[in-house]
Amino acid sequence: MKLTKDQVKHVAKLANLPLTAEEEKRYSEQLSKILDYVEQLNRVETSSAEPTFNVTGQSNVMREDETTPSLSQEEALSNAPQKKECMFETKGVFED
Amino acid sequence: MKQMYEPIIGLEVHVELNTKSKMFCRCSADYFGKEPNTYTCPVCLGLPGALPLINKAAIEDCIKIGLALNCKISEKSLFERKNYFYPDLPKGYQISQYRWPLCINGQITLDSGQVIRINRVHQEEDTGKLSHLGGVTLIDFNRSGVPLVEIVTEPDFHDVASVRDYAKKLQQLFRYLEVSNADMERGDMRLEANISVHPIAIASKASPWRLPDYRVELKNINSFRFIVAAIEYEIKRQIEALEKREKLTQETRGWNEDKKCTFLQRSKEEAHDYRYFPEPDLPELRIEESRVKSLESSLPELPWDKLKRFAEEYGISKNDAQILSETKELAEFFESALEHGKKHGVSIKEVANYIVNRKPDISSVLPTQIIEELKGKKVGIIESEKELEKLAEQAVKENANAVLDYKKGKEAALQVLIGGVMKLSLGKADIAKLKPILEKLLKS
Amino acid sequence: MGKNNITSLTLIGTIKGLKQKDFSEEELNNAYFERIAKLNPKLNSFLEIKKNSCGIPAAIKDIICTQGIKTTAGSRILSNFIPPYNAIVIQRLLENGISVIGKTNCDEFAMGGSGENSSFGPTKNPWDLNKVTGGSSSGSAAAVAADLCAFALGSDTGGSIRQPASLCGVVGLKPTYGRVSRYGLIAMASSLDTIGPVTKSVEDAALVLDWISGGDGYDSNCHPERSEGYKHIFFAGAQNDKLIKGLKVGVPKEYFGEGLNPKVKQVIEDAIKKLEEQGAEIVEVSLPNSKYALAAYYIIVPSEISANMARFDGIRYGSARVDFGPEVKRRIMLGTYTLSSGYYEEYYAKAAKVRTLVKQDFNKAFDPPAGGVDVIVGPVSPTTAWNLGEKVDDPLTMYLSDIYTISANLAGIPGLSIPCGFSEGLPVGLQILGKQWDEETILRVGYAYEQSTEWHKEKPKI
Repeated sequence: MKLTKDQVKHVAKLANLPLTAEEEKRYSEQLSKILDYVEQLNRVETSSAEPTFNVTGQSNVMREDETTPSLSQEEALSNAPQKKECMFETKGVFED
Repeated sequence: MKQMYEPIIGLEVHVELNTKSKMFCRCSADYFGKEPNTYTCPVCLGLPGALPLINKAAIEDCIKIGLALNCKISEKSLFERKNYFYPDLPKGYQISQYRWPLCINGQITLDSGQVIRINRVHQEEDTGKLSHLGGVTLIDFNRSGVPLVEIVTEPDFHDVASVRDYAKKLQQLFRYLEVSNADMERGDMRLEANISVHPIAIASKASPWRLPDYRVELKNINSFRFIVAAIEYEIKRQIEALEKREKLTQETRGWNEDKKCTFLQRSKEEAHDYRYFPEPDLPELRIEESRVKSLESSLPELPWDKLKRFAEEYGISKNDAQILSETKELAEFFESALEHGKKHGVSIKEVANYIVNRKPDISSVLPTQIIEELKGKKVGIIESEKELEKLAEQAVKENANAVLDYKKGKEAALQVLIGGVMKLSLGKADIAKLKPILEKLLKS
Repeated sequence: MGKNNITSLTLIGTIKGLKQKDFSEEELNNAYFERIAKLNPKLNSFLEIKKNSCGIPAAIKDIICTQGIKTTAGSRILSNFIPPYNAIVIQRLLENGISVIGKTNCDEFAMGGSGENSSFGPTKNPWDLNKVTGGSSSGSAAAVAADLCAFALGSDTGGSIRQPASLCGVVGLKPTYGRVSRYGLIAMASSLDTIGPVTKSVEDAALVLDWISGGDGYDSNCHPERSEGYKHIFFAGAQNDKLIKGLKVGVPKEYFGEGLNPKVKQVIEDAIKKLEEQGAEIVEVSLPNSKYALAAYYIIVPSEISANMARFDGIRYGSARVDFGPEVKRRIMLGTYTLSSGYYEEYYAKAAKVRTLVKQDFNKAFDPPAGGVDVIVGPVSPTTAWNLGEKVDDPLTMYLSDIYTISANLAGIPGLSIPCGFSEGLPVGLQILGKQWDEETILRVGYAYEQSTEWHKEKPKI
């Protein structure tokens, strides 16, 4: 097993994904299988290859520093499940 | 013999740029004090499907800061995604730079002569703003996506005084470059510190010298005053811990202003794993040599260069030169007054003294006016006590508030009254003689 | 043209019909609306339907943002999301007299190759309701195949336009990465996602591409130039018999090996013969690194997904992250792992280098000084549509059905799927891959093939 249940737990925490115990078990098996499969890349000689992060070959795509109208406050908040005082609301988080 | 310790401090400064629009969208970046969530769009709200587009002016500002700090401008630069979850971070990642920053390997010299190495100057975006209300957290995304430049030093600081000097120098620089208001209270400029402490003997005997195997990050501290207090506290805490042979570990700490102490926010085990990878939505930046040259030539004379030139060229004290180069505006005022003074036989020394001591309000006084004043002083200076008394009485009558202040113990109020007399006398009153007269009058 | 079969018209046919006043826009919309009302319960092709009285009705994959129209990306987590903005492609269509008749079903956040990963149930294949449509643009392909729209838009990250088009017997075009603005397309893997048309003819695909392509000042990767394929190939009145004469058509040997269903193989080989008959020169080419493409793909894609899915935190829109479906969670987990501390070089950076090799394979095959080919042809999918439920429990087998399509996404080149026959009553698609930025040539080859066959005229009996 490439990926233990504890590792799955750690990754789930990083990914902010609440998983059930059953999911943890399943993902540990399935992800291990996929990781075994992708291991074949180790056989590929890539020492002379530059990584490709972007295929367009473009560079320096920038815009001038100009403004356009923003969304209205109502539009901005229109999909919020919880709002208060024209702000998005979420459960209290620790700060400072 | 008592063991001595040396603090090792590295700093990260974040500065919000004063561009018109945000870093990756066309929303106005002038968000301060605006109605919540009125300066947002799909991009800075992190709506599904939205994509970033780089603001050219922000990149240029970042490069200017890099150049002013003697950095090398990277030929190739990439944005990356810094992944972490927090309600003020709408996309769940911040577009920042990591492996390919815009500017690297710079340096700055402090007043003490110490050289601080700059590791990098890179571009990123600000987050939204949280407020807490009765157990829930509220979020305003007006600030989300405002351009931020981060300046990271090597761990070259060993005392709080240099930290202060460095921060002041950067603030002055940002204002000179006109890239930010750099107002610390408003949060335009923020400071984070990495601190560790090591016993000095180890540094001198053991070879090779190496950094302690831990460092404490001071984060999320909003005010400059507090971060300085936190650094001082942290140095003390760490030395005490080492004295007690306690093991110090990598951690993030915050500042509790009520208790005046730092507190643990995140231990090493809970440390973020930012999972940086190149931002696929943004093609790379290739800053050409010619572009760097033209940005370099667009830089104004930098504050430390100006200070040096003032001292050398005008033969004034370093202290005076420092005051006169404090802001670009004051420096320009001074030099404009000098030029005018030259035509009217007013010396550099006189102009410098006048500005340093009298601190004219340069937003309402013209450089020519002070030259007129200084010139007038030469021809018809009022030295007669009787005349001065008359003027002083008049000024006291006209500045009742200042008199009250003075009586309450505010010495500075005297300046207001002196100013009043100067105004009445068209600048011809002899200050040396006027002062005791005013004081006497006020005490009576 | 009788008013009864308006819905069987191609987009070009519809435009002509409207011009000739054979029917009105209202009649056109009503005809499609009625047909959707009748057939959608069987197919589950649409998640949202809108009744319009004007415009030419297009079906839009529900992963493309439509202002004021619910956009779910096939996910429960967005079941109430109404975008306050239009994707650039939607703006472009509206400017060209197109209306949105509905939003089509898809695998959740486009993650899937069968349509079964939708939170709102699978789409059924119009050719056989027990079969999958392919995916992830499942609803778009089914809607075009069943004449529920004049054309549709889909998105393709690893074959999500071409593969369902192939399995449903319609035309699907994945443009060059950067040809069409992605602004408003809910991102899966940002460095590979493309938007493209699903249509009833090659000519239609060219026209839609001309409408939606070109820079917009919103997608930094989008090339400023618009495509003019339709104008060049069709509007100019190309001569059928000379369309592909002398054109070099590459056949990659790696695409015909183990894993390819023999009956599908036969259909593809017949199609290649047809191209030869029309004067094309058939050349064997090699894409030696294509065997590593899938592995590289399943590192790059989940890594980007793990970041792209992070915005769904239930604060500004949508529900809690627990509402993600199993495939989405699986990919988020995989990508979070491959990017996590200490693994970046081993996984993401390594895969990005293999991506370079895959791209170089194509460059070599297309390289003119080395006697390179003009297009590369082969199968889209190793099999025809499979039974619903057949592969859902085995993610790796499911991933393997993308084997012939993902290389084009890694390399950023355009690919077209056109109907080229049937195997046991189910459609087979021919894949035509082209050089970066050269949609024109693959459309020309597709058109020439289409003109010489009748496959695209076959309609499913539902």
